[in-house]
Amino acid sequence: MTDQAGILPGISVANESHKRLAKRHAAERRFRWYGIFALLFALAFLVFLFGSIIGKGWTAFLQTSAHLDVYFDPAIVNPSGSNPVDQDELMRADYTKLARTALYKVLDVNTDERKERFAANKLLSRGVDVQLRDIVMNDPSVIGKHREVWLLAADDVDALLKGSIDRDIPEARRGISDQQVKWVDQMVDEGMMKKRFNTGLFVNGASSYPETAGLGVALIGSFFMMLTVILLAVPLAVAAAVYLEEFAPKNRLSDVIEVNINNLAAVPSIVFGLLGLAVFINFFGLPRSAPLVGGLVLSLMTLPTIIIATRAALRAVPPSIRQGAMGVGASKHQVILHHVLPLALPGVLTGTIIGLVQALGETAPLLMIGMVAFVADYPTNPLEPATALPVQIYMWATAAERGFIERTAGATMVLLAFLIIMNSAAVYLRHKFERKW
Amino acid sequence: MEAKLEEAQATRVQPPVEPEQMPGALPEDKRVLKMAAKDVNLWYGEKQALYDVSLDVFDNSVTALIGPSGCGKSTFLRCLDRMNDVIDGVKIKGDIRLDGKDIYASDVDPVQLRARVGMVFQKPNPFPKSIFENVAYGPRIHGLARSKTDLEEIVVQSLTRAGLFEEVKDRLDEPGTGLSGGQQQRLCIARAISVSPEVLLMDEPCSALDPIATARIETLMDELKSNLCIVIVTHSMQQAARVSERTAFFHLGNLVEVDDTTKMFTNPVDVRTQDYITGRFG
Amino acid sequence: MSSLAILAFLLIAAVVAYFVGNYRSNAVSEGDSRILHSRPSYHGAYLAIWTVLPALLVLAVWSAAERPVLQYIAMQEMPQSVLDSSEAQKSLTMNVVDSIAEGLPKLSPQEYETVRKAGYGFVTTQDARDVLSKHHVILGSNPEPYLLRAADEYASKRELSRILLPIVCFGLAIGCFAWGYLRIRPKLRARNIVEHVMQAGLLAASTVAVLTTLGIVLSVLFETIHFFQLVPPADFFFGTVWDPRFSAAGAGPDSSGQFGLLPLLWGTTFISLVALLVAVPVGLFAAIYMSEYANTKVRTFSKPVLEILAGIPTIVYGFFALITFGPFLRDMGAAIGIDVSASSVLTAGIVMGVMIIPFVSSLSDDIINAVPQSLRQGSYGLGATQSETIKKVILPAALPGIVGAVLLAASRAIGETMIVVLAAGIAANLTLNPLEPVTTVTVKIVSQLTGDLEFNSPQTLVAFALGLTLFVITLGLNVYALYIVRKYREQYD
Repeated sequence: MTDQAGILPGISVANESHKRLAKRHAAERRFRWYGIFALLFALAFLVFLFGSIIGKGWTAFLQTSAHLDVYFDPAIVNPSGSNPVDQDELMRADYTKLARTALYKVLDVNTDERKERFAANKLLSRGVDVQLRDIVMNDPSVIGKHREVWLLAADDVDALLKGSIDRDIPEARRGISDQQVKWVDQMVDEGMMKKRFNTGLFVNGASSYPETAGLGVALIGSFFMMLTVILLAVPLAVAAAVYLEEFAPKNRLSDVIEVNINNLAAVPSIVFGLLGLAVFINFFGLPRSAPLVGGLVLSLMTLPTIIIATRAALRAVPPSIRQGAMGVGASKHQVILHHVLPLALPGVLTGTIIGLVQALGETAPLLMIGMVAFVADYPTNPLEPATALPVQIYMWATAAERGFIERTAGATMVLLAFLIIMNSAAVYLRHKFERKW
Repeated sequence: MEAKLEEAQATRVQPPVEPEQMPGALPEDKRVLKMAAKDVNLWYGEKQALYDVSLDVFDNSVTALIGPSGCGKSTFLRCLDRMNDVIDGVKIKGDIRLDGKDIYASDVDPVQLRARVGMVFQKPNPFPKSIFENVAYGPRIHGLARSKTDLEEIVVQSLTRAGLFEEVKDRLDEPGTGLSGGQQQRLCIARAISVSPEVLLMDEPCSALDPIATARIETLMDELKSNLCIVIVTHSMQQAARVSERTAFFHLGNLVEVDDTTKMFTNPVDVRTQDYITGRFG
Repeated sequence: MSSLAILAFLLIAAVVAYFVGNYRSNAVSEGDSRILHSRPSYHGAYLAIWTVLPALLVLAVWSAAERPVLQYIAMQEMPQSVLDSSEAQKSLTMNVVDSIAEGLPKLSPQEYETVRKAGYGFVTTQDARDVLSKHHVILGSNPEPYLLRAADEYASKRELSRILLPIVCFGLAIGCFAWGYLRIRPKLRARNIVEHVMQAGLLAASTVAVLTTLGIVLSVLFETIHFFQLVPPADFFFGTVWDPRFSAAGAGPDSSGQFGLLPLLWGTTFISLVALLVAVPVGLFAAIYMSEYANTKVRTFSKPVLEILAGIPTIVYGFFALITFGPFLRDMGAAIGIDVSASSVLTAGIVMGVMIIPFVSSLSDDIINAVPQSLRQGSYGLGATQSETIKKVILPAALPGIVGAVLLAASRAIGETMIVVLAAGIAANLTLNPLEPVTTVTVKIVSQLTGDLEFNSPQTLVAFALGLTLFVITLGLNVYALYIVRKYREQYD
């Protein structure tokens, strides 16, 4: 633009303008590269993030177990010999001893050596008693018989087999002794110890031992919360959107509602947690850690998202359809119920899924209402204590044991899998029902 | 493609009415007053769009509303079935009667009014449902059919009257949006007449159609008027001349002149009408 | 009968009423539905509304009021000393009453008599405690007789309420059903009535959002005022030391620490600034590239990348920062001889920046696309290159909108919780060194409210003051940013 000399004839001037042009084109290329770098940065980070989580987490889906021939010694399980067996007695029996006895036999442990016994004991998870108890409780007829069972190995053994404990570092710093390593190798060679698919990750409740901790309670809690959101937020949001888009008169109240919804969508999620704590728990006296309260808070949080999406979907239905229906004498409600809403349904569904995705991944407000809880038993209704998937991740992420890092990454993969499935459903819906008017 | 051909054949059988053979209006004493508008004023917010419009509409005839774009003819048409009610900020003053009853009276349900005064729009707007459902919708919401066979009969009859039945009888379950433009518009007419309206309002029904489809619709109007009264807004003077008995000329929100079509096009009273008809503006 | 069961019954009644109304309208029209003003289904809905709505309203009000009313009744049994005690003390007392009342219905008649006698001092309260513990009502100490009386009163009135409620609800439902049934005539404008009720329902639904905001403001404000009665506002807003100490129940006034907001606010600002330094250039250039340069192939590939980034829950970013990115930065620093804390400002800031990249880029994308094509063509027509057009024409034109987008992103960053909870520090430092840890407002809200804390202590209540601060700041940013963006859009509409 300032290059007026360039239009004058003359070799030197032309040269000058040539140089200038080259410079400008170089600037153009640089600029273009900035954009490419920006996209590559985002991509690289995404790959880094997924890589790191999958790299750390995939092993969580496998868990080391030992195959032992356990003798359900009546003297230990049912010392009183009562028939039928006393349930309380079964609950209290020392099942760990059964497992250890079986292990000593396999490893040829000198049971008189306290130290050796201790070292062997450490190979098994502290959760084996529950495993054996469940077997007996389900089928008391095993008492007095031998049974081959897979019992969970200890966290450190699992880490050793997964390679997260380095065999080459000195014994003192390793956390697992040479003797134990030898035993583990021996059992692995004999096929008595191996990594198996970790169903416990999906069904177990909270536990202080990584190897027995699972997402069961969190999955149920999240399910209850999603149910609450679907039952509460979706109808409310659709009704609100229909009102605002189709009925609201142009007045102060409508403006207030409108501005309000837009701002509510940008309120930090943690503030919703404070609301839940102050209103639902302190004022209405609902129990802490209850999925119902979590669901209520998440419903309020996702309300604006679904309202905004639904309004967009309603707006996309062309006015000619409304006029056509009105022209044959349909009332406004009939027009909306019979024509507009059915046509807007795919958009509403997509918005709903996006809202659910947001709710499923949300953590901060749930911390406020006491979802950070150690819950070992399945909740049977939405008022019993539970955790949620992202909260479980938070709790494991802040736990000290090494085994929990792997669990956390595994749980993150489970969460991401859910989100990806839901998002894909939304994308699919959008494509399938996309309508050009 | 096939539909086009059929339409073309239909046209050959029944050529559009030539201006010379313009249908004569009924003599004054045989006319039956159907709708009467008196001193209708209408505002969109602050802006006034209609000024003291008074117009009588007679049964079994076609009344055409003509005028340059933005003159208020469509706005006036929408007053007749209270379609303006749904627009925010519209204020209407004046008196519009259907069979002598004020349609803006507080006890009149606009929904029921619109069943008596049907409407066909500029752009064909079939519902994205099957052809059958499109026509059955009106009778259903108004409870006009006692049984399923009743409903089917109404649908077939409406489609037949709209001259569409032969073309679609084998595909009543297919979506109405799959038809050609002209067929869609006739489907909309079938939909409108399915609730047996007494008045049919048509808002530039042919402006989005090709000449052949237009001719088809015009013939149809001629047939329909034996049962009802038609008010049509058109931007084409030729069309007004071809189909209507009476014509009203709107200009800048005023009803300038209304008279028998023949008279209007041969001997207009107002200068503005004359200018418009002779193509000096518009 | 529980409220839930009543609700279920009412819903069943609604379905029945719907069919009855439907049938009745057919009967009154003698089968000719054309003479009906409204379709039979509307008559059905009309009758269903009459049947359910009044009963439902009573049920809702009753259920909400039951607890406060019962507590009030129970309080009448309490001596003056309890009535004069603090709110916290009263709620503790009420909890004991609650748990005793919970156990009373499970007792056998004799056992119940024992508890009643204990309430009036005929037997010792130890006996009552033993009886109750048999039914899994474990009390910490022998209950005061007045507690037993209050619990008895509470339980018996609740029993009464549980009996009366269904009677009232069902009576109302039947009465209103009869009333509605008799009103069904061919001329009844059932559709209009049903639609009015529906519309009222829709309006009510749309006010939920307003109520939510109101609830947030009121509840948080209420607790904040509570907090300011314990700690002077000036100490909170202008204090430079954050040291809330530990809150122990019954601790003396000395135990209340210092609640200086400034270090937290600085930490929040610092981390958000780092986040914006990452997100704004990357997001903006990504948006420019995608809207001005990229072909469809690049776009179909890069759009999902950004969408996935946007869809990752913040807890995942936080975990990533904690486990991978923090240690990664620390090791990088160690490799070149700089001491980087694993939970430094840089860690949290960069990860948060990545989180808001998609936010910035999608907002900028909208804004850049709103710049009219004619401006671009004008610039190209002068022989400007594409980058010159963008730099000299489009960006200046879009600047207000982009500023708005950046403000919205800033409000996101300020309110972000999980990344900083996991990846930022917990010590409140006033530092300018991005390699050291700082803490944020949101981190402190979480840490003050998790764990078993006494609710009415300043240590807990400060979280609400922090929450209010956060709410006001983000709301201010949002309102201003949305205002800018709207003005910007209007300019090109």
